[in-house]
Amino acid sequence: MKIEITSMMPPPADGMSRVDGRLKVTGAAKYSAEYNIKGVTYGVMVGSTIAKGSIKAIDTKAAEHAPGVLTVITYLNSPKVPGYQTENTAAKGMLKIFYDDKIYFNGQPIALVVADTYERALYAASLVKADYNKEQHQTELKSNLNNGVLPYSSKDYVRGQEDAYKSAPVKIEQEYILPTEVHNPMELHAIIARWDADDKITVWDKTQGIKSTQKSIAQAFKLPPDNVQVTAPFVGGAFGAALRTWPHEIAAVLAAKVVKRPVKLVLSRADMFTSVGYRPYTWQKIGIGATADGKLVGITHDATGQTSAYEDFTEGVVNISQLMYASPNVNTRYKIVSLNVNTPTPMRGPGEATGAYALESALDELSYELNIDPIDLRMRNYAQTDPLSGKPYSSKFLNDAYKLGADKIGWSERSQKPGSVTKDGWLVGYGMGAGMFGAYRSSATVTARMMADGTLILQTGVTDIGPGTGTAMVSIASEMMGIPGAKIRVDLGDSSLPPSPTQGGSQITATVGSAVYDACTELKDKFKQLNNGADSADYVGLLKQHNLPQLEVTTLSKNGPEMGKYASYSWSVHFIQVFVNPATGVVKVNKAVSVADAGHIVSPKTAASQIKGGSVMGIGMALMEEVVIDHRYGRLVNNNLADYHMPVHADIPQVEALFVNKPDPNLNPMGAKGMGEIATIGVAAAVANAVYNATGKRIREMPITPDKLI
Amino acid sequence: MKQFQYVHPSTQQSVLDAINKPGTKIIAGGTNLVDLMKRGVTAPDKLVDINRLPLKGITATKTGLHIGALALNSVVSEDNLVVEKQPLLSMALKSGASPQLRNMATVGGNMMQRTRCTYFYDITMPCNKREPGSGCGALEGFNRMHAIFGASPQCIAVHPSDMCVGLAALDAVVVIAGRKGERRIPFTGFHRLAEDHPETDNHLAKDELIIGVEIPDNNFAKHSYYLKVRDRQSYAFALVSVAAALDIDNGTIRQARLAMGGVAHKPWRLFDAEKALIGKPVSEESFKQAAQIAMQGAKAYQYNAFKLKLAPASITEALKHASGLV
Repeated sequence: MKIEITSMMPPPADGMSRVDGRLKVTGAAKYSAEYNIKGVTYGVMVGSTIAKGSIKAIDTKAAEHAPGVLTVITYLNSPKVPGYQTENTAAKGMLKIFYDDKIYFNGQPIALVVADTYERALYAASLVKADYNKEQHQTELKSNLNNGVLPYSSKDYVRGQEDAYKSAPVKIEQEYILPTEVHNPMELHAIIARWDADDKITVWDKTQGIKSTQKSIAQAFKLPPDNVQVTAPFVGGAFGAALRTWPHEIAAVLAAKVVKRPVKLVLSRADMFTSVGYRPYTWQKIGIGATADGKLVGITHDATGQTSAYEDFTEGVVNISQLMYASPNVNTRYKIVSLNVNTPTPMRGPGEATGAYALESALDELSYELNIDPIDLRMRNYAQTDPLSGKPYSSKFLNDAYKLGADKIGWSERSQKPGSVTKDGWLVGYGMGAGMFGAYRSSATVTARMMADGTLILQTGVTDIGPGTGTAMVSIASEMMGIPGAKIRVDLGDSSLPPSPTQGGSQITATVGSAVYDACTELKDKFKQLNNGADSADYVGLLKQHNLPQLEVTTLSKNGPEMGKYASYSWSVHFIQVFVNPATGVVKVNKAVSVADAGHIVSPKTAASQIKGGSVMGIGMALMEEVVIDHRYGRLVNNNLADYHMPVHADIPQVEALFVNKPDPNLNPMGAKGMGEIATIGVAAAVANAVYNATGKRIREMPITPDKLI
Repeated sequence: MKQFQYVHPSTQQSVLDAINKPGTKIIAGGTNLVDLMKRGVTAPDKLVDINRLPLKGITATKTGLHIGALALNSVVSEDNLVVEKQPLLSMALKSGASPQLRNMATVGGNMMQRTRCTYFYDITMPCNKREPGSGCGALEGFNRMHAIFGASPQCIAVHPSDMCVGLAALDAVVVIAGRKGERRIPFTGFHRLAEDHPETDNHLAKDELIIGVEIPDNNFAKHSYYLKVRDRQSYAFALVSVAAALDIDNGTIRQARLAMGGVAHKPWRLFDAEKALIGKPVSEESFKQAAQIAMQGAKAYQYNAFKLKLAPASITEALKHASGLV
């Protein structure tokens, strides 16, 4: 099955509108759960109600006898997943679903009910009853910080002298806590699995990576990868939650085998909190010291994050302290603690967003201690070459970004004295925080096909989870080929298309965009050959002249030796103005300005949307997002969208997204760098710093809810 | 969700007949009941949809306003009569839920909504309100949203409504129909404290139907304010909310009405604080004194101690807004 994304709108002067926008807002875009597959059945999972122990008994009789139920799968009757290692069940790795009686976290799937309708499956699921042998669980990081271990293949980092900040004339030493946050994309995770033959399967699956899903399912069921067809032309947001193949996907494939019919499994919103990862609760401590004139002497960054009891999850929390500033002495230590929780997974601006929250907060604290403007302090420690590798940057215009943002928000209005500015009875404050993330380019293959009617078709397997990948591809091809966007069609998100990397890590525009660039270059060359070596954009005429129905190229595009020569990063800075009610502690973000140095901006409109979305996520991180666990039961108490607060429209002002828009001359032919992660990295610190500037209260445990400010 | 029967009678009598049987529940907007059914908190055998009853009207009477039980929250909040005569109610309604929910939710349903205590909604947790005798999960659990007034060791949940806080302040009267005819009870006497029966939220009998509320005319329209303090600016329950209404004569308070939300098992009317305001000048000082009186008897738990500070600050703030001091 192929889904076409067709651009319907001509590009306006400020950049092309989202090519799939009309399909999305009219409901014509089809998401994984929306395919009408003949004979489909419905799966509903049952979760454990204890956080640690084992299943003593599980009673599925009532569920099995409920109307419409086809099967109830538990560890007692589940067919073996051939790819699961059979020995050593305690081995670290992905949760093996329905594998044995062990319970590692509250909400762990213990059964899957399959019925002929969703409602019947849901009701039958409520009839499954389990008895447990309960063991003492640990779900709280704060009380288990002493149990942190150095993750496998990770090591402490030291540049210069360890803990040098301690001897600096001016120093800050503070702890910062970022609680667990859940991605909560609008689209629930969903899969429809259909076995087409004993060794052949099709899945309509929410995923960020077509190829990685194909590989994971192939491995789990010992199938040749080509026998796993994966379809995900539209993904309703993911933010990292669909980067890997989760147990529920394996469960759906298993169940389809058992009932010999297609199985649709859509996670509930509550499932979304315990089944598809999250940004892990992380404790951090920053020691930072400077000379009286604001030259950094040293940074020491300690971080401890949580992981599950069955798998080690690590992320680059402390990396930003190694990279961001020209400090002669830096040392970082990163640890993880195994708890009775499900495994975390990267969430937009993965560890870096967590680390930047602490580092940029600490820098802000230092700026007040030094009585130096926070931007000035950053400029005094501006890294001209990569402090980690000593390599030159492929490009860095963060200084331009500081200036653009400061001007836009009206930074000159900021008072260096906290709590000194009021307006209409509200305290007013300004804050800023910067971010950075590696700028990557990997390899992708794109087919570019010019049809006789002048339509250009671009095909590649990448998913577009919302950033506007399709739009960027059309923009690039439109410019390259000299044809309007309305004549370009993109086919995405299907394993039968040429391979592309997983949508993640802010690399897709640089990677797939480059492949579109290369494919268009090659296609133009082919037309040139048809035209006796002369350039021509009369593609229709040339095809007609040579009696050709179409002309196509398939081009593999990769990074070159430039990757080793330079250190490549995207940079961002975020400025926030808050109003804080001194009586009630309510914080209102009144202005938000985010500036990105992401190289040449390929698709201005979708790029701006990307930055605005990242800002909203960062504001949520600072002001409201927090998973709460009742540690007596090791169970989440706010696993729904009413109690787990994410910003709503009323919380967000007009976010101004600005771009330096200077090409990176070294990274790829378009000069583009990624921006998905830097849109969020640094925002939370900017908000917390603004709250401090407004109130004089430094809240070091997110989120900053009203109760913490009164 | 359990299979259930669904009926939609078109007369009040047939509704009263239908709800007289056990296992029956009334559904109007369904904004809370459907959630409760989905979560397995309640599993009725039969739903009686009352949306066909002619109870949507908002009318001015000789003594006040009558609002039908099926009037939508969104409609009431925008109604000219309400905005003109009882702006406090309009403000309270607009503070509640989200526009989408207000478009479905009715006045009667708003009154009948259950607490949003997380332990009530998770059927694997103890909760005396859901399952009498199973214990209170919140008492020593995550009780940030919970009561500081009138709580019982059996249950420390709060009533979630904003509308009800406004109606409690405005001396509204609830009109109830039963098999033996109509009765009227003061709004402040409609909901109850948890005491030893947290499973019972209010004094409506199982075979009774709310048909409307009446708000007596008053002199508060010029000096009313509803302040809701919450974690985000829409679609969040109150940490604390305050309905404040003042009748001011030449800088002196002639009458006052105050009620709070997010602090008790029922909308919490502050009679003593109201009394203390009578005859006082409009000043921050008067308001702070009233707020202090309002806090008498407050008791906090592990995670909601902030309310002891936030509540009086919010009362003062609401009174300042109502009086025009800010």
